[in-house]
Amino acid sequence: MLTYISILVTAIFVNNIVLSQFLGICPFLGVSKKIDSALGMGAAVTFVMLLATIVTYLLQIYLLEPFGLAFMQTIAFILVIAALVQMLEIILKKVSPSLYQALGVFLPLITTNCTILGVAIMVIQKNFTLLESTVFAISTALGFTLALTIFAGIREQLALTTVPKAMKGMPIALVTAGLLAMAFMGFSGIKIG
Amino acid sequence: MNKLKIILNGIITENPTFVLLLGMCPTLGTTTSAINGMGMGLSTMFVLMCSNVAIAAIKGFIPDKVRIPSYVVVIAAFVTILQLCMQAYTPALYQSLGLFIPLIVVNCIILGRAEAYAAKHNPLDSLFDGIGIGLGFTIALTLLGAVRELLGTGKIFNLTVFPEDFGALIFILAPGAFIALGFLIAIINKLKTK
Repeated sequence: MLTYISILVTAIFVNNIVLSQFLGICPFLGVSKKIDSALGMGAAVTFVMLLATIVTYLLQIYLLEPFGLAFMQTIAFILVIAALVQMLEIILKKVSPSLYQALGVFLPLITTNCTILGVAIMVIQKNFTLLESTVFAISTALGFTLALTIFAGIREQLALTTVPKAMKGMPIALVTAGLLAMAFMGFSGIKIG
Repeated sequence: MNKLKIILNGIITENPTFVLLLGMCPTLGTTTSAINGMGMGLSTMFVLMCSNVAIAAIKGFIPDKVRIPSYVVVIAAFVTILQLCMQAYTPALYQSLGLFIPLIVVNCIILGRAEAYAAKHNPLDSLFDGIGIGLGFTIALTLLGAVRELLGTGKIFNLTVFPEDFGALIFILAPGAFIALGFLIAIINKLKTK
């Protein structure tokens, strides 16, 4: 049990996927102008990451490794993720139109979101079990949502302030992200178990 | 002359990092030193050149509806080639770049150029576009890596400029990446408006 809590805390706070591992910067900078869209993106990423990690994990263990195809990992994973996202979009449209309304716009963006492929490869590199991988995927996605939501909240305020002309837009957002990353560095050193 | 223009367009007018703001993950994640930034830039450039040429060559055979998955497979194939070559010949660099090598597949610059350029031009022009954009990316990453390495450890390409004790460690760590890139873009914006 302690292992799972440790994975959870580490992935959300200590090794936050955005602020200390630099994955998923594109949605972090792109979809963070409003808190609503940040939460929507976070939910979509959580959903896809959980599914994709489980599917690619099983693919690696039962297909790629027994047949000596581990070198095909990158190609196989990205294809599976792309297909999964496409399938999810079709199923959601049919089964739950309201959820599709909420997540729909973010789904196509997720295929090229490096967090999904990154986490899929990371759990293989770390030799996690299936349950550990699942916990890791959920907590990483929660960490992503947390960073995105906090950042969106700051940017809503930032839009109202006057900044030097050259710093407007992306530069000031990046500096803000830097300060946020500094705050998250305060969590480093926390160890459980 | 025309080819030179394509290359310069990639380096200056459409610089992927400073102007188009694409491919931010490797830009921030791998630039702890100038040499790492340059390694990442050159790796991306290799994949970009190969995939641009391949996609420009086979664009006639790909049905429009499945073009994005097909492009992704082509890109993933070249990334796998790169991965195996780097593992064999530059294991130290491969170790330090780590996860970011397989993640070249999802780098938006490469898919973006495939869709925006290679799908509309002949293989030779696409090759030069790949060189241009790749060089632009490499220059940006090397510059950011050099700035962070200098401020953090007082060195550039491992050559000491000032003693390491005066370096601010924060620039090597995560927050420094965001702040250094933010100020670099601001400086470039300032230069452009003049």
